Amino acid sequence: MSKQVTDILIVGVGGQGTLLTSRILADVAVQMGYDVKVSEIHGMAQRGGSVVTQVRYGKKVYSPIIKKGDADILLAFEKLEAARWLDYIKPDGMVIINDERVDPLPVMSGKVKYPEDIVDKIQNLIPNTRLINATEIAGQCGNARAANVVLVGVLAAVAGLPVKEMESAIRALVPEKAININLKAFEEGMKIIAD
Amino acid sequence: MKRLMIGNEAIARGAYEAGATVATAYPGTPSTEIVSSFAKFDGVYAEWSPNEKVALEVGIGASIGGARILVAMKHVGVNVAADPLYTFAYTGVNGGLVLVSADDPGMHSSQNEQDNRGYGKFAKIPVLEPTDSQEALEFCKMGFDISEKFDTPVMLRITTRLAHSQTMVETGEKEEYEVKGYKKNAPKYVMLPANARGRHVEVEKRMLELKEYAESSELNWIELADTKIGIITSGVPYQYVKEAMPGVSILKLGMVNPLPETLIKEFAQKVDRLVVIEELEPVIEEQIKSWGIQVEGKELFSLLGEYSPELIEKVLKGVNNEDMYGLVKEIPGRPPLLCPGCPHRGVFYTLRKMRLIVAGDIGCYTLGALSPLDGIDTTICMGASIGTAMGMEKARGEEFAEKMVAVIGDSTFVHSGITPLIDIVYNQGTSTVLILDNDTTAMTGHQEHPATGKTITSQPTRKLDLVALVKSVGIENVQVVDPLKLDELQNALKEELGKREPSVIIAKRPCALIERQPSGVKYYVDPELCTGCKLCIRIGCTGINFLDEEKIAVMNDNNCVGCGLCPQICKFDAIKVLEV
Ligand SMILES: Cc1ncc(C[n+]2csc(CCOP(=O)(O)OP(=O)(O)O)c2C)c(N)n1
Ligand code: SF4
Ligand code: SF4
Repeated sequence: MSKQVTDILIVGVGGQGTLLTSRILADVAVQMGYDVKVSEIHGMAQRGGSVVTQVRYGKKVYSPIIKKGDADILLAFEKLEAARWLDYIKPDGMVIINDERVDPLPVMSGKVKYPEDIVDKIQNLIPNTRLINATEIAGQCGNARAANVVLVGVLAAVAGLPVKEMESAIRALVPEKAININLKAFEEGMKIIAD
Repeated sequence: MKRLMIGNEAIARGAYEAGATVATAYPGTPSTEIVSSFAKFDGVYAEWSPNEKVALEVGIGASIGGARILVAMKHVGVNVAADPLYTFAYTGVNGGLVLVSADDPGMHSSQNEQDNRGYGKFAKIPVLEPTDSQEALEFCKMGFDISEKFDTPVMLRITTRLAHSQTMVETGEKEEYEVKGYKKNAPKYVMLPANARGRHVEVEKRMLELKEYAESSELNWIELADTKIGIITSGVPYQYVKEAMPGVSILKLGMVNPLPETLIKEFAQKVDRLVVIEELEPVIEEQIKSWGIQVEGKELFSLLGEYSPELIEKVLKGVNNEDMYGLVKEIPGRPPLLCPGCPHRGVFYTLRKMRLIVAGDIGCYTLGALSPLDGIDTTICMGASIGTAMGMEKARGEEFAEKMVAVIGDSTFVHSGITPLIDIVYNQGTSTVLILDNDTTAMTGHQEHPATGKTITSQPTRKLDLVALVKSVGIENVQVVDPLKLDELQNALKEELGKREPSVIIAKRPCALIERQPSGVKYYVDPELCTGCKLCIRIGCTGINFLDEEKIAVMNDNNCVGCGLCPQICKFDAIKVLEV
């Protein structure tokens, strides 16, 4: 990437495991010797609200938050959230969307409709958009809950992060008995981009 | 080695390195992790105090007793602690005291966005403002030295963005700090008018000395570059300026009260155009203007909300990236909501059904104000529900009180609900007060409090008995009900509202996130019986959804925890237990 700093925005719905993802990513960036800043607003994170984590790394990072129109990668755990935070991505940035739909309250109660064509719309605006069925892939690896680590794998491949360091960060941050499933999930995630 | 730390953790580390041995706090986003991190160090004492006033008073005692002490709270918490703070500013310290005020520009999770730098000027205490986690650690340490050197409490003012951003920190060694000796000193610590007059003289002297210190302190510095524009800033906005305006001249203030007048004048003379960039109130700008210096500030930048690098680019460079792709407008909001199985849900459903007026309070249950529950009429500050109900009754009469309840959480009740309850008894109100006892301080991330029977380090302690407490202040009508049994709750409400006497109903059931065993019961919606009336949807639980095409409700098994609330609401008995 031509910029001095790599900007990654990770968005989702409270409870989806976005925090683990940003933690793995930040860990690795530190190990690579970068200056790193991570900003998360998690006041309402457990209550199903919209959550965002911003990870920035490079030689020298000032602001802990990413400028609109500047993010290199937008990783969305949920489709609607990808659209909500889209203004942060630069036109030639990459959008990675987990093929998951979580209805917000106004949709659940029938007040508004979930915008079905949202991924197409994003694709039209940002050509480099990938829709990934992380939940299904994680299920095949042994546990659907490792979906976030599938996405970490995708992210690692896209951002060119070192595999060894990523794997050791995963080992350090996931529960002991889930390590193998998570490493498999990570590998599958990497493969999606390699293919 | 450097490692990532959120600002709050860095502050705790700074206090530890400075030899602080005591820390007190009442939880409050975004300050909570400061003292919960500190509690993990060896050889220290930390407590969740019942409220911020107590936290500061314990801190004052520890300071007079000779220890270094860290006290932390969110911005509105300082209002609660303001009474001791103003007078402690007169007595000064023995062991150093750093008071962290965690402000919340943008109100990510607060009821207002007051700017607590104002306390510095009003209470006449120094205020330090770090820009990242490294400075948070260092300023906290320096705060203790300044506190002892100038005999004053020191405010460390942070914002949500600093509190919850992780940046690189190089930690240091722990200093050996010997608890200072205690000697009775009534003229200094007994604030009778005669003594206080003497202390006020000291306060004014100290402010002059601090001002001098600010002029040459390493806390404030000038980065001279392109002199067409010079920016005065502090805190996290300094990082936004560095990001958005590379190459401008900057005066970075680490100490925002008192301000270094000479240094600022010197900087002003070197640049063609002077701009202050400070979130919220024009605290720095107004003082600079009062010295007759021409400066721009709030005519360019808003009094509202949090700043960002793109805001600075927009205002000073004319770059506009708002709504770049035109998609955001179409996106439905995603408000936070009560968890599936939350004990508060049935309460607000019932209050709404009974068409009661609800004086509300602050906690997870404030989410009961949002659609579709729409169950709260007022929310002001912690503890206000009970006094508000009393006031409405006195304004509109006892008959009105029969249609009205005050609703308050257990932690909030202990924080500041007891005194207004005494007011109701003393001044013959008839209100019904509903205490939502979920056995935790859920809103801020599940901290212990006096009525949970555990301390900050999860050690068992004497549990505050809420029933005995409310009885002892003179409430004769006390009932304890299960808020997930709707009939029980509704009957208790009817009964107590009918009495022209004060009553307390304690709705007791643990927060669904602390007792995470799902009930084991699974439900399904019988499509034959469901009429599509959507009544169950009005409780706003993600465990049950509505299918627009089929016009029936269905369970969402990923979310439902089987609390059994919605089956009680369905009038057609369509929600049934799934036998397995
Ligand atoms: C003076 C003050 N201190 C702290 C807070 C932060 N805060 C908001 S609600 C709350 C406590 C909530 O606990 P409880 O009343 O038990 O309700 P729950 O969230 O458990 O439902 C706290 C600490 C605040 N808003 N004001
Ligand atoms: S955290 Fe507990 S109290 Fe708060 S909404 Fe969830 S279940 Fe209710
Ligand atoms: S039983 Fe009903 S109210 Fe309770 S969690 Fe399940 S869907 Fe929600």
